[in-house]
Amino acid sequence: MLMNLSDEALAEAAAHGDKAAFSDLLERHYDRVFAFAFRLTGGRTEAEDLTQDICAALPSKLLRFEARARFTTWLYRVVLNAAHDRRRRQEAHSRAAEGWGDWEIARQAANAETDARIDWLTEAMRALSPDLRDTLALILDDLTHAEAAEVLNISEGTVSWRLSQARKHLRALKEKEDTA
Amino acid sequence: MSDDLDFNDLKHAMRAATPSPDARKRAENIALAQENFDRLQGSADDARPTSDARKPGLFRGVMTMLKSIPAKGALAASTALAAVGLVLVLPVLQEPPAPLKLRDTAKDDAVAIEEMEAPLVEPSIAPMAKSAPQRFATGLSAPEIRPMPPLSDSEAYPETDPNPLKVTAESPVSTFSVDVDTASYAVLRNSLETGTLPPKDAVRIEEMVNYFPYDYAAPAGDTPFATHLATMVTPWNPDTRLLRIALQGRLPDIAARPPLNLVFLIDTSGSMDAANKLPLLKQSFSLMLSELRPEDSVAIVTYAGSAGRVLDPTPASDRTTILAALDRLTAGGSTAGQAGLQQAYATAEAMQDGEEISRVILATDGDFNVGLSDPDALKDYIAKKRESGTYLSVLGFGRGNLDDATMQALAQTGNGQAAYIDTLHEARKVLVDQLTGTLFPIADDVKIQVEFNPATIAEYRLIGYETRQLNREDFNNDKVDAGEIGAGHAVTALYELTPTGSPARQTDPLRYGTAPESSVSDELGFLKLRYKAPGASTSQLIETPITADLKDDTDAQFAAAIAGFGQLLTDARYLGDWGWDEAIALATEHRGDDPFGYRTEAVRLMRLAQSLADRD
Repeated sequence: MLMNLSDEALAEAAAHGDKAAFSDLLERHYDRVFAFAFRLTGGRTEAEDLTQDICAALPSKLLRFEARARFTTWLYRVVLNAAHDRRRRQEAHSRAAEGWGDWEIARQAANAETDARIDWLTEAMRALSPDLRDTLALILDDLTHAEAAEVLNISEGTVSWRLSQARKHLRALKEKEDTA
Repeated sequence: MSDDLDFNDLKHAMRAATPSPDARKRAENIALAQENFDRLQGSADDARPTSDARKPGLFRGVMTMLKSIPAKGALAASTALAAVGLVLVLPVLQEPPAPLKLRDTAKDDAVAIEEMEAPLVEPSIAPMAKSAPQRFATGLSAPEIRPMPPLSDSEAYPETDPNPLKVTAESPVSTFSVDVDTASYAVLRNSLETGTLPPKDAVRIEEMVNYFPYDYAAPAGDTPFATHLATMVTPWNPDTRLLRIALQGRLPDIAARPPLNLVFLIDTSGSMDAANKLPLLKQSFSLMLSELRPEDSVAIVTYAGSAGRVLDPTPASDRTTILAALDRLTAGGSTAGQAGLQQAYATAEAMQDGEEISRVILATDGDFNVGLSDPDALKDYIAKKRESGTYLSVLGFGRGNLDDATMQALAQTGNGQAAYIDTLHEARKVLVDQLTGTLFPIADDVKIQVEFNPATIAEYRLIGYETRQLNREDFNNDKVDAGEIGAGHAVTALYELTPTGSPARQTDPLRYGTAPESSVSDELGFLKLRYKAPGASTSQLIETPITADLKDDTDAQFAAAIAGFGQLLTDARYLGDWGWDEAIALATEHRGDDPFGYRTEAVRLMRLAQSLADRD
């Protein structure tokens, strides 16, 4: 079957309308996408939603896939962009909601309650700035600095710098918790 | 400093913290992706819309959309679709003349649609321009988006040679179908504005000529259209004549509609930054603008971050100002819908001055947060405003974020008018045709047949209409399909005629040719029109002699200039020395009233084409 083909070959075939290839590709990478989405969002529900966004848009995005890039690199980028888009919308949403009454505030409070249950690490990651969080999520996903740099379209040096920043923040957070 | 925060530990911790995906969600998401994949394959084969949709089926677009809806829906009834049924109909049309019986069908359809399950509306994944070196498609609708008639290599245009010169003695009869499309003009405008001459096959002269409004008198009495003939000395050949045949469709009562005050309330939030959203919206509105009358006025309010009035109430005749304001819109920032809506209503109320109809046209991709947080309050607000005389239309753009709950709340209130716009084609249908009432065809299968008199005309040629040629016998055959004319539409055709005895004659008379019947008539020819009343199966005939004493008029001169423009872009073999300078001078001289600046724009395009042609 198609299972032995490279991701790139499958993606090419899928971009040309091969349904079986698309199906295999998705099966192969769904869990990775979800895990990365979780790392980026820090919440299960959000990760599910983000994954859904990506699944819905993936067929049309695949049309733009160029075999020059590694598929996983490309896919990470898709997930990242989707996460950015989602963040942006949420920001817009909460900002617009400010002037609009209790209904929204109540809804957000309910969300916050659920969120309280997530563990230290995801909480800590949420405290990071989006740039740092993205970078850290990639590195925690076993990407090398070079690979992360490619996904983020930044230099390797910037990746290393962001990681040291992230580390500093996490350490500070940890110390605060430990002393608390 | 030793590092007490080891990334390897973090990795393990993270791995432990990461839940495995929910199996049901996983299956659903994968199924969703598969469905979208399949849909994409299906829609990729769509042909270019070659003809404006003025087929009798009012909701063909809706039905097409319905067909593409998967059986299983993720959301509740989609307003986007329900709303398409409730078209943007002006209040004037609420007391419609007889043919507007269609409106009831609209209601029924809308109900039927509402009961159906919704399409899968996926949230868009907008590209981050800075971080993404590749351009990602946003949303699913990529292959369906045709904001501009594309000029890519894959674009297929009908290949035709210009109509040849005909010798009257050999083939005195010329037959063709009317064509009210104007797409070719938009294609060539787009091409010229991006700095290339349009491909020859993309230029259809009749569509260029028919793009412009002409001052033809509407028919009197019950006939669906009036015929206006004119002759003039051919600009590019003093020894030939141009015959202009124009049909002017009857205007519906809407012609007497009161002036409109339109407030465009445009969502310019970041999510609108996609080809099928803000750019399509701009194009759609500029399309609609061309259908407004000078006495109408337009204001633009945007909302994104903070609401703002970017265009103060401006007469519709001031297209330049309005288009410039539209052009300046850029997507960015977040959405503050409530403030925008309030400001739009305030603007509309301030514009109210007598018996105009005020309408706020909200264009959004549905990321309309305020509505989401409390649809009821928003509904009350809109209902109150409707009672005070301001209507609301909602136009959805882009499939990405389309927020159905809000769209529904809005659509069902401010007179229930909303539409979903995914292509420029659709925009034209919704904003232009339905706004002016020209959606209703007044004559189907309109065919034109001209028999030239060999005693007066030696040769003739039809300029344009190459793709609309009919056989002589098709004229009387009611089974042969031809073009429709909608309310208010005009059709113009030009023939270049060589009178007998003219030095311009290109063929020699036959020595043994049958001498023309000793017809004493000095008529140039005889014009026959066939049309069917909408829905009828048998045609009716209108006959008019083409007499020798016809005059010319400014409209005919301008049409001639455009026909010359078209020939310069395609095949100038009949034009002799007549070139761009002459075409520009002729068009400039006969711009006439030009309340909307179309003719001025044509002159500008001609100059542009001239410089491009000179450069090549």
